[in-house]
Amino acid sequence: MCQADVTMGSHSALMEQPTFSVPAKKMAMWLFIIADSATFAGCLVAYGFIRNATPNWPRPFHGITNVAVMTFILLTSSLTMLIGVRSAQNGNKSGAVRWTLITAFAGALFAILHVREWMTMIGEGATLFHNPWGTPLFSSLFFSITGLHLLHVTCGVIALIVVALRYQGGRYKADDLEVTGLYWHFVDLVWMFVVPLVYLLNLAH
Amino acid sequence: MTSPEAKTNGMGKDLIVYVCILALAGIQFFIAYQGISASQMFVRMLIVACIEAALALLFFMHLWENRGLKWFVLIFTVAVILGMQYGWTDSYRLIDGVPWAH
Repeated sequence: MCQADVTMGSHSALMEQPTFSVPAKKMAMWLFIIADSATFAGCLVAYGFIRNATPNWPRPFHGITNVAVMTFILLTSSLTMLIGVRSAQNGNKSGAVRWTLITAFAGALFAILHVREWMTMIGEGATLFHNPWGTPLFSSLFFSITGLHLLHVTCGVIALIVVALRYQGGRYKADDLEVTGLYWHFVDLVWMFVVPLVYLLNLAH
Repeated sequence: MTSPEAKTNGMGKDLIVYVCILALAGIQFFIAYQGISASQMFVRMLIVACIEAALALLFFMHLWENRGLKWFVLIFTVAVILGMQYGWTDSYRLIDGVPWAH
Protein backbone atom coordinates (compact mmCIF):
# COMPACT_ATOMS: atom_id res chain seq x y z
CA MET A 1 0.00 0.00 0.00
CA CYS A 2 1.54 3.35 -1.05
CA GLN A 3 1.59 6.52 1.06
CA ALA A 4 -1.21 8.08 -0.96
CA ASP A 5 -3.43 5.10 -0.21
CA VAL A 6 -2.60 5.39 3.45
CA THR A 7 -3.47 9.04 3.66
CA MET A 8 -6.48 8.98 1.36
CA GLY A 9 -7.89 5.54 1.99
CA SER A 10 -10.61 4.84 4.49
CA HIS A 11 -9.73 3.78 8.02
CA SER A 12 -11.46 0.46 7.56
CA ALA A 13 -9.11 -0.42 4.72
CA LEU A 14 -6.17 0.03 7.05
CA MET A 15 -7.60 -2.06 9.87
CA GLU A 16 -6.36 -5.61 10.10
CA GLN A 17 -8.98 -8.32 9.79
CA PRO A 18 -9.38 -10.46 12.93
CA THR A 19 -7.79 -13.91 12.85
CA PHE A 20 -10.18 -16.48 11.32
CA SER A 21 -12.80 -13.68 11.31
CA VAL A 22 -13.19 -14.25 15.05
CA PRO A 23 -13.39 -11.15 17.28
CA ALA A 24 -10.52 -10.63 19.73
CA LYS A 25 -12.40 -11.58 22.92
CA LYS A 26 -13.67 -14.80 21.42
CA MET A 27 -10.25 -15.63 19.97
CA ALA A 28 -8.65 -15.06 23.38
CA MET A 29 -11.10 -17.50 24.93
CA TRP A 30 -10.36 -20.06 22.21
CA LEU A 31 -6.62 -19.74 22.85
CA PHE A 32 -7.24 -20.20 26.58
CA ILE A 33 -9.39 -23.26 25.86
CA ILE A 34 -6.69 -24.77 23.63
CA ALA A 35 -4.03 -24.18 26.31
CA ASP A 36 -6.28 -25.53 29.06
CA SER A 37 -7.17 -28.60 27.02
CA ALA A 38 -3.43 -29.31 26.79
CA THR A 39 -3.28 -29.09 30.62
CA PHE A 40 -6.14 -31.54 31.06
CA ALA A 41 -4.79 -33.81 28.33
CA GLY A 42 -1.45 -33.85 30.15
CA CYS A 43 -3.14 -34.79 33.42
CA LEU A 44 -5.25 -37.53 31.85
CA VAL A 45 -2.35 -38.98 29.85
CA ALA A 46 -0.22 -38.98 33.02
CA TYR A 47 -3.07 -40.72 34.82
CA GLY A 48 -3.24 -43.36 32.06
CA PHE A 49 0.54 -43.75 32.17
CA ILE A 50 0.56 -44.39 35.94
CA ARG A 51 -2.56 -46.58 35.88
CA ASN A 52 -1.03 -48.72 33.15
CA ALA A 53 2.30 -49.01 34.96
CA THR A 54 0.81 -49.87 38.37
CA PRO A 55 -0.19 -53.48 39.01
CA ASN A 56 -3.39 -54.12 41.00
CA TRP A 57 -4.84 -50.71 40.35
CA PRO A 58 -7.73 -50.20 42.83
CA ARG A 59 -11.35 -50.15 41.67
CA PRO A 60 -13.13 -48.54 44.61
CA PHE A 61 -16.34 -47.27 42.98
CA HIS A 62 -19.37 -49.46 43.69
CA GLY A 63 -22.09 -47.36 42.15
CA ILE A 64 -22.58 -44.93 39.29
CA THR A 65 -25.67 -43.10 40.53
CA ASN A 66 -23.83 -40.04 41.83
CA VAL A 67 -21.55 -39.65 38.82
CA ALA A 68 -24.49 -40.27 36.44
CA VAL A 69 -26.51 -37.51 38.12
CA MET A 70 -23.49 -35.18 38.04
CA THR A 71 -22.98 -35.92 34.32
CA PHE A 72 -26.66 -35.28 33.57
CA ILE A 73 -26.58 -31.96 35.43
CA LEU A 74 -23.44 -30.75 33.67
CA LEU A 75 -24.62 -31.78 30.20
CA THR A 76 -27.99 -30.13 30.81
CA SER A 77 -26.26 -26.96 32.00
CA SER A 78 -24.62 -26.72 28.57
CA LEU A 79 -28.08 -26.72 27.00
CA THR A 80 -29.35 -24.02 29.38
CA MET A 81 -26.25 -21.97 28.55
CA LEU A 82 -27.05 -22.27 24.85
CA ILE A 83 -30.62 -21.10 25.51
CA GLY A 84 -29.25 -18.15 27.51
CA VAL A 85 -26.88 -17.11 24.72
CA ARG A 86 -29.58 -17.46 22.07
CA SER A 87 -31.95 -15.37 24.19
CA ALA A 88 -29.28 -12.67 24.48
CA GLN A 89 -28.67 -12.71 20.73
CA ASN A 90 -32.41 -12.34 20.12
CA GLY A 91 -32.60 -9.36 22.46
CA ASN A 92 -34.46 -11.18 25.23
CA LYS A 93 -32.50 -9.75 28.15
CA SER A 94 -34.53 -11.18 31.02
CA GLY A 95 -34.54 -14.64 29.39
CA ALA A 96 -30.78 -14.50 28.87
CA VAL A 97 -30.14 -13.56 32.50
CA ARG A 98 -32.58 -16.19 33.79
CA TRP A 99 -31.07 -19.03 31.73
CA THR A 100 -27.51 -18.00 32.54
CA LEU A 101 -28.31 -18.00 36.25
CA ILE A 102 -30.00 -21.41 35.87
CA THR A 103 -26.74 -22.60 34.29
CA ALA A 104 -24.79 -21.20 37.25
CA PHE A 105 -27.19 -22.93 39.64
CA ALA A 106 -26.66 -26.24 37.81
CA GLY A 107 -22.91 -25.73 38.06
CA ALA A 108 -23.19 -25.05 41.79
CA LEU A 109 -25.31 -28.18 42.23
CA PHE A 110 -22.67 -30.18 40.37
CA ALA A 111 -19.98 -28.77 42.65
CA ILE A 112 -22.00 -29.65 45.77
CA LEU A 113 -22.49 -33.24 44.58
CA HIS A 114 -18.80 -33.43 43.78
CA VAL A 115 -17.78 -32.21 47.23
CA ARG A 116 -20.25 -34.66 48.82
CA GLU A 117 -18.59 -37.48 46.90
CA TRP A 118 -15.17 -36.28 48.03
CA MET A 119 -16.34 -36.19 51.65
CA THR A 120 -17.57 -39.79 51.34
CA MET A 121 -14.20 -40.90 50.00
CA ILE A 122 -12.31 -38.94 52.65
CA GLY A 123 -14.58 -40.54 55.26
CA GLU A 124 -13.46 -43.94 53.98
CA GLY A 125 -9.83 -42.97 54.54
CA ALA A 126 -8.78 -41.69 51.12
CA THR A 127 -6.60 -38.58 51.09
CA LEU A 128 -4.08 -37.06 48.70
CA PHE A 129 -1.33 -39.26 50.13
CA HIS A 130 -3.23 -42.26 51.45
CA ASN A 131 -5.49 -44.77 49.81
CA PRO A 132 -7.21 -47.55 51.81
CA TRP A 133 -7.78 -49.64 48.66
CA GLY A 134 -4.14 -49.96 47.55
CA THR A 135 -1.63 -47.68 45.88
CA PRO A 136 -1.76 -44.07 47.15
CA LEU A 137 -1.25 -42.95 43.55
CA PHE A 138 -4.93 -43.61 42.94
CA SER A 139 -6.09 -41.07 45.53
CA SER A 140 -3.47 -38.53 44.47
CA LEU A 141 -4.58 -38.70 40.85
CA PHE A 142 -8.29 -38.87 41.64
CA PHE A 143 -8.27 -35.79 43.86
CA SER A 144 -5.88 -33.90 41.55
CA ILE A 145 -7.80 -34.45 38.32
CA THR A 146 -11.30 -34.07 39.73
CA GLY A 147 -10.06 -31.17 41.87
CA LEU A 148 -8.70 -29.37 38.81
CA HIS A 149 -12.04 -29.87 37.09
CA LEU A 150 -13.96 -28.76 40.18
CA LEU A 151 -11.83 -25.61 40.29
CA HIS A 152 -12.83 -24.88 36.69
CA VAL A 153 -16.51 -25.46 37.51
CA THR A 154 -16.31 -23.14 40.54
CA CYS A 155 -14.60 -20.41 38.51
CA GLY A 156 -17.22 -20.93 35.79
CA VAL A 157 -20.10 -20.52 38.24
CA ILE A 158 -18.62 -17.27 39.57
CA ALA A 159 -17.97 -16.01 36.02
CA LEU A 160 -21.51 -16.87 34.92
CA ILE A 161 -23.08 -15.01 37.84
CA VAL A 162 -20.84 -11.94 37.35
CA VAL A 163 -21.39 -11.81 33.57
CA ALA A 164 -25.17 -12.36 33.91
CA LEU A 165 -25.50 -9.54 36.45
CA ARG A 166 -23.34 -7.17 34.43
CA TYR A 167 -25.28 -8.06 31.29
CA GLN A 168 -28.48 -7.25 33.16
CA GLY A 169 -26.99 -3.95 34.25
CA GLY A 170 -26.04 -3.08 30.66
CA ARG A 171 -22.28 -3.20 31.16
CA TYR A 172 -21.82 -6.38 29.14
CA LYS A 173 -23.28 -7.42 25.79
CA ALA A 174 -24.54 -10.66 24.30
CA ASP A 175 -21.03 -11.31 22.98
CA ASP A 176 -19.69 -11.47 26.54
CA LEU A 177 -22.31 -14.08 27.45
CA GLU A 178 -21.30 -16.05 24.36
CA VAL A 179 -17.60 -15.99 25.33
CA THR A 180 -18.43 -17.14 28.88
CA GLY A 181 -20.63 -19.83 27.38
CA LEU A 182 -17.65 -21.10 25.38
CA TYR A 183 -15.76 -21.61 28.65
CA TRP A 184 -18.73 -23.41 30.20
CA HIS A 185 -19.04 -25.80 27.24
CA PHE A 186 -15.32 -26.53 27.57
CA VAL A 187 -15.75 -27.47 31.25
CA ASP A 188 -18.55 -29.80 30.15
CA LEU A 189 -16.34 -31.25 27.40
CA VAL A 190 -13.53 -32.07 29.82
CA TRP A 191 -15.97 -33.96 32.06
CA MET A 192 -16.79 -36.25 29.10
CA PHE A 193 -13.22 -37.57 29.37
CA VAL A 194 -12.88 -37.49 33.15
CA VAL A 195 -15.94 -39.69 33.73
CA PRO A 196 -14.85 -42.74 31.70
CA LEU A 197 -11.17 -42.56 32.60
CA VAL A 198 -11.35 -41.74 36.29
CA TYR A 199 -14.71 -43.21 37.33
CA LEU A 200 -16.05 -45.84 34.93
CA LEU A 201 -12.75 -47.65 34.38
CA ASN A 202 -12.43 -47.97 38.17
CA LEU A 203 -15.81 -49.52 38.87
CA ALA A 204 -15.73 -52.55 41.18
CA HIS A 205 -17.17 -55.60 39.42
CA MET B 1 -19.97 -11.62 16.91
CA THR B 2 -22.22 -14.47 15.87
CA SER B 3 -23.12 -15.01 12.25
CA PRO B 4 -26.68 -14.15 11.19
CA GLU B 5 -27.10 -17.79 10.22
CA ALA B 6 -26.41 -18.88 13.78
CA LYS B 7 -28.84 -16.33 15.15
CA THR B 8 -31.68 -17.51 12.97
CA ASN B 9 -31.16 -21.18 13.81
CA GLY B 10 -33.65 -22.35 16.40
CA MET B 11 -33.06 -24.56 19.39
CA GLY B 12 -34.06 -27.68 17.44
CA LYS B 13 -30.55 -28.57 16.36
CA ASP B 14 -29.15 -27.85 19.82
CA LEU B 15 -31.75 -30.11 21.41
CA ILE B 16 -30.93 -32.94 19.01
CA VAL B 17 -27.20 -32.57 19.74
CA TYR B 18 -27.93 -32.49 23.49
CA VAL B 19 -29.97 -35.70 23.29
CA CYS B 20 -27.22 -37.35 21.19
CA ILE B 21 -24.56 -36.39 23.77
CA LEU B 22 -26.75 -37.66 26.62
CA ALA B 23 -27.26 -40.94 24.74
CA LEU B 24 -23.51 -41.27 24.14
CA ALA B 25 -22.86 -40.64 27.84
CA GLY B 26 -25.37 -43.40 28.56
CA ILE B 27 -23.46 -45.71 26.22
CA GLN B 28 -20.29 -45.03 28.24
CA PHE B 29 -22.06 -46.13 31.41
CA PHE B 30 -23.36 -49.23 29.58
CA ILE B 31 -19.84 -50.11 28.40
CA ALA B 32 -18.63 -49.88 32.02
CA TYR B 33 -20.79 -52.88 32.93
CA GLN B 34 -19.78 -55.06 29.98
CA GLY B 35 -17.62 -58.05 30.82
CA ILE B 36 -14.65 -57.00 28.70
CA SER B 37 -11.00 -56.34 29.45
CA ALA B 38 -9.88 -52.93 30.77
CA SER B 39 -8.01 -52.13 27.56
CA GLN B 40 -11.05 -52.89 25.38
CA MET B 41 -13.22 -50.86 27.73
CA PHE B 42 -10.73 -47.97 27.59
CA VAL B 43 -10.69 -47.92 23.78
CA ARG B 44 -14.47 -48.05 23.47
CA MET B 45 -15.07 -45.37 26.08
CA LEU B 46 -12.41 -43.12 24.54
CA ILE B 47 -14.01 -43.41 21.09
CA VAL B 48 -17.42 -42.50 22.54
CA ALA B 49 -15.89 -39.60 24.51
CA CYS B 50 -14.19 -38.28 21.35
CA ILE B 51 -17.53 -38.36 19.46
CA GLU B 52 -19.22 -36.54 22.36
CA ALA B 53 -16.44 -33.93 22.43
CA ALA B 54 -16.62 -33.46 18.66
CA LEU B 55 -20.38 -32.86 18.83
CA ALA B 56 -19.94 -30.35 21.67
CA LEU B 57 -17.12 -28.55 19.84
CA LEU B 58 -18.87 -28.39 16.49
CA PHE B 59 -22.39 -27.47 17.58
CA PHE B 60 -22.38 -26.16 21.18
CA MET B 61 -19.21 -24.15 20.66
CA HIS B 62 -20.12 -23.32 17.04
CA LEU B 63 -16.86 -24.47 15.48
CA TRP B 64 -18.95 -25.83 12.61
CA GLU B 65 -19.66 -22.27 11.48
CA ASN B 66 -15.99 -21.22 11.33
CA ARG B 67 -13.91 -23.30 8.99
CA GLY B 68 -10.54 -21.64 9.65
CA LEU B 69 -10.84 -21.84 13.43
CA LYS B 70 -12.09 -25.43 13.19
CA TRP B 71 -8.91 -26.57 11.41
CA PHE B 72 -6.70 -24.50 13.71
CA VAL B 73 -8.20 -26.09 16.83
CA LEU B 74 -8.18 -29.57 15.31
CA ILE B 75 -4.58 -29.52 14.10
CA PHE B 76 -3.22 -27.93 17.28
CA THR B 77 -5.10 -30.24 19.64
CA VAL B 78 -4.28 -33.41 17.73
CA ALA B 79 -0.60 -32.42 17.53
CA VAL B 80 -0.42 -31.85 21.31
CA ILE B 81 -2.22 -35.09 22.16
CA LEU B 82 -0.10 -37.09 19.68
CA GLY B 83 3.01 -35.58 21.24
CA MET B 84 1.94 -36.92 24.62
CA GLN B 85 1.69 -40.48 23.35
CA TYR B 86 5.46 -40.96 23.53
CA GLY B 87 5.05 -41.71 27.23
CA TRP B 88 3.08 -44.92 26.71
CA THR B 89 6.02 -47.05 25.69
CA ASP B 90 7.79 -46.07 28.90
CA SER B 91 4.69 -46.93 30.88
CA TYR B 92 4.83 -50.49 29.53
CA ARG B 93 8.58 -50.62 30.22
CA LEU B 94 7.89 -49.95 33.88
CA ILE B 95 5.97 -53.22 34.06
CA ASP B 96 7.85 -55.46 31.64
CA GLY B 97 11.30 -54.00 31.17
CA VAL B 98 14.33 -52.87 33.13
CA PRO B 99 15.49 -51.33 35.41
CA TRP B 100 12.27 -50.86 37.38
CA ALA B 101 10.39 -54.00 36.43
CA HIS B 102 7.99 -55.34 39.01
